[in-house]
Amino acid sequence: MENSSIIKIEKLVKRFPVGKSYFTALNNLSLTADRGEFLGLVGPSGSGKTTLLNIIGSLDTPSEGEVIVLDKSIATLSHKQSSMLRNKHIGFIFQTYNLLPVYTVYENVEFALLLQKLSASERKKKVMDALEWVGLTDKIKSKPSMLSGGECQRVAIARSMVKRPEIVLADEPTANLDSKNSHHILQTMKKLNRELKTTFVFATHDEKVMKYLDRMVSLEDGQIIKDELIKNSKN
Amino acid sequence: MLSLKLAFKNLLGAGLRTWLNVIALSFAFVLIIFYNGMIDGWNRQGSRDTMAWQTGEGQFWHPAYDRYDPYTIEDSHQLISPGIQAEIDKKNLVPELVAQGTAYPQGRSISITLRGIDPDQTVLKIPTADLPNDNDADYAIIGKSMAQSANLNVGDNLLVRWRDKNGTFDARDIKIASIFKCDVPVVDKGQIYLPIHTLQEMLGMGNEATLLVAGKEFQFRELDGWDFKDNQFLLTDMQNIIKSKKVGGSILQALLLIIALIAIFDTQVLSIFRRQKEIGTYIALGLTRAQVVGIFTVEGGAHSILAIILGSVYGIPLLLWLNKAGISMSYAEDLNFDLPLAEAIYPYYSIRLILITVLIVVITATIVSYLPARKISKMKPTEALKGKLQ
Repeated sequence: MENSSIIKIEKLVKRFPVGKSYFTALNNLSLTADRGEFLGLVGPSGSGKTTLLNIIGSLDTPSEGEVIVLDKSIATLSHKQSSMLRNKHIGFIFQTYNLLPVYTVYENVEFALLLQKLSASERKKKVMDALEWVGLTDKIKSKPSMLSGGECQRVAIARSMVKRPEIVLADEPTANLDSKNSHHILQTMKKLNRELKTTFVFATHDEKVMKYLDRMVSLEDGQIIKDELIKNSKN
Repeated sequence: MLSLKLAFKNLLGAGLRTWLNVIALSFAFVLIIFYNGMIDGWNRQGSRDTMAWQTGEGQFWHPAYDRYDPYTIEDSHQLISPGIQAEIDKKNLVPELVAQGTAYPQGRSISITLRGIDPDQTVLKIPTADLPNDNDADYAIIGKSMAQSANLNVGDNLLVRWRDKNGTFDARDIKIASIFKCDVPVVDKGQIYLPIHTLQEMLGMGNEATLLVAGKEFQFRELDGWDFKDNQFLLTDMQNIIKSKKVGGSILQALLLIIALIAIFDTQVLSIFRRQKEIGTYIALGLTRAQVVGIFTVEGGAHSILAIILGSVYGIPLLLWLNKAGISMSYAEDLNFDLPLAEAIYPYYSIRLILITVLIVVITATIVSYLPARKISKMKPTEALKGKLQ
């Protein structure tokens, strides 16, 4: 499996019903991503970035075509199977962090592990490791309302990484952050990508993010218009 | 376990909204236990008093006797056999002779039941020892309610009229020897107690009785010519009437419970609309929709657990105090009640009552939480993550 494709998309079409007709969000899109890539889906609003991310994350299903993630066809997964795929192999990072407000930083990160049958001590070690990666070990008892935007996003990164997923899907992760925090977040993710060989897939139109990408896939009207490797990305 | 843990975290995190629901539900919980405990306490007290004053450990009836049919009384009498007399002498059985009559207090006429009873009996609480063994006059004892309705006092003479065994009317004055207080209306209202030998002589029914009341020492066996009626039979009507009082009270209980449940339902509906992003996040983190429905259902149902805990905090001391101090019923003394009613009712809380109430509260709260939570299973996770109304 090392260096093999973990995301394979063939002739993907995604349509949404709009009144009596359909809006085509993704149109005959094909894409492959290898393990350990730091890949960005870029393009204007409505180009299909988030829709593609949702389908890769099995939060949505294709209308046509085939999407294979970690050797599993997204279209054929049952609710339970797709939940298991997300729980064990895929991490999500959202633009608005989506932290659970009544939980502390520690509990938010631990939540991702609660469905896995781990002992309390194993969970604690993994949570503390994840919080150490993002530099938040001093905030474990804080609630999200007590954190800055940058800190919230770092908690979200820790939550997505704590189960050591093969893939992290990040939807506009820096959209709500200032420049300094954005760079800090991106450096953190890049470090994790490098050290843990986790595949990162971003949906973004933030130029700061683009500077960090190893590969940039440009979308427009649901189609790939450019797919380029970036040799001198920021580390 | 995970659902329960998450549910309590979310509930406690919701603060005031949770506690308002919990307080309302705890009121319903405590009130249901209190009201049903009061009825059960009344039932126990009523049964206990009726046994002590009227039915003893059961009764042997003349086969023709029907306590609800006055026309049967005239023919319901028979001789007391030597074997039964031996039990009476040993204070194991109390013979009663029953006849209908009319009394004329202050020129009025009222229907009465004349009850001849062994003055030496110790099985029933009726103070028959107050009946003097005096041949100069015919003495009787009556209950307080009878005394009030006939305006009689101790020492008053009362003209009574009856028909003897031949159907001949006869009348005489009887003197009120004492007035007793009794919680059992059927022992008191319209009842005049005379020594059994006096009534036997008045009716011309020497050594006869209508029924025999069994005492605790009586060794149960069939008595020839007598039908045994146990307390299950003798108390059923009284117990059923008291239990029927539960129905009226249950409307109030149901209303209070419904108000509390509507508050939980409302909170759950609001919660599911307001927390769509959270629902989407749960799904993105790998929970199945059924698990998310479970979290929200358990969360709503957990209101009931908190309500039971809170209700126990203030309810246990309150209910125990009421159980010890009793609830005064002195105001009901003059209400012409036809059921046994002591000066105070002592609520009785059985384990069964508490368990059933706990189950009702938990199950109903869980059902009203599940109904709005079902909507989650139809949510699209992608829309939920955006927080869009679906």
